[in-house]
Amino acid sequence: MKIAIASGKGGTGKTTIATSLAHLAATDGRTVAYLDCDVEEPNGHLFLKPQILREEPINKLIPVVDADRCTHCGLCSQACRFGAIACVGQQTLIFTELCHSCGGCLLVCPQEAIREVPKPIGLLRIGTSGPLQFVEGVLNVGEAMSPPAIHAVKDAAPDVDLTILDCPPGTSCPVIESVRGCDHLLLVTEPTPFGLNDLKLAVEMARALKLRFGVAVNRANTGDREVWSYCRRQRIDILAEIPDDRAVAEAYSRGEIVVESVPQVAECIRSLLETLQSGAPA
Amino acid sequence: MKVAVTAQGADLDSPVDPRFGRAKYFLLVDTDSGEFTAHDNVQNLNALQGAGIQAAQAVVNLGAQAVLTGNVGPKAFTTLQAGQVAIYPHASGTVRQAVEQWRSGNLQPAAKANVEGHWS
Ligand code: SF4
Ligand code: SF4
Repeated sequence: MKIAIASGKGGTGKTTIATSLAHLAATDGRTVAYLDCDVEEPNGHLFLKPQILREEPINKLIPVVDADRCTHCGLCSQACRFGAIACVGQQTLIFTELCHSCGGCLLVCPQEAIREVPKPIGLLRIGTSGPLQFVEGVLNVGEAMSPPAIHAVKDAAPDVDLTILDCPPGTSCPVIESVRGCDHLLLVTEPTPFGLNDLKLAVEMARALKLRFGVAVNRANTGDREVWSYCRRQRIDILAEIPDDRAVAEAYSRGEIVVESVPQVAECIRSLLETLQSGAPA
Repeated sequence: MKVAVTAQGADLDSPVDPRFGRAKYFLLVDTDSGEFTAHDNVQNLNALQGAGIQAAQAVVNLGAQAVLTGNVGPKAFTTLQAGQVAIYPHASGTVRQAVEQWRSGNLQPAAKANVEGHWS
């Protein structure tokens, strides 16, 4: 079973919940993997403190033009939906940061002047944290294209009973790439107007992707009650209400897994895990 | 010589559009005769990415030898340079005024992009 943990914005406690779920499940005796898909800013490792056993480069394929064969016809530039190629005068420029590796330019070039070469865009780190399997992707600084790196993380996932995917914040391409193929999506939110606004966007995304999803409200004893009324109106299940507690913030700042340090939260996470795995809510 | 000016409208009295890649129009002005042609930039206005690059390519293909605009990002800059187009950012006022500024030597050519990406 694959469970993705996402939130419309950063800072809602998504990683706290994802690492806690993974850690709890793994100590329960199941085979569990934690995948950090937030490749622009992976931080699950701060809490799980994995022992890294293997590192591999993450590559994406980018086109390279053979200047001797290129006749500057401009067809590749017209074909690129991502505006990544400019044919100016006697030069054909490829802006690899914008390239989505679709291979379109390769297909249209009448001179067969374009070939693809791998370009490293990040690093895959694979290891263990106690009984838990750990995989993270780290995108190189300045590299804009995270979906291929997320894809690499998911490809490297071991075959286990339960996979927890810690998604990047937001609702755009990287999140969609992360949640694709998951059995269940957990949307983490906070009971504030901003939290609700981002939750609505995340719910729209989940519905558009036809994913089974539920909500976890973090810092549930703070803010207002709008998240609850929204979820009631929309018939969305709230699967967990995690209280705000000084101890949580302290554990977080010390880089500890919250379920290890705060028993009250551990109870919430344990019942959340059971609900998610029972597959009851639709 | 032919100079391309980013413009918010299709005539010489339109204000200069400070955005290069997402300019409304490019006015191609023949500085010898004073004649001009207007070219809309609709395609790039709505592009998700690469607007600066594609606008730069369009300017090169129009045969401009210089471009007068507000801000140019790094990718558009690289593309214009490859097309041997001189780049004059910080143009302001109407298109007509910008061309006059340029003619009287009051615009400095840029040696590198003057804004980060996403402006482009
Ligand atoms: S591979 Fe696709 S995205 Fe990349 S430059 Fe070619 S056409 Fe554009
Ligand atoms: S399609 Fe091929 S020949 Fe034409 S400009 Fe592109 S690389 Fe050159």
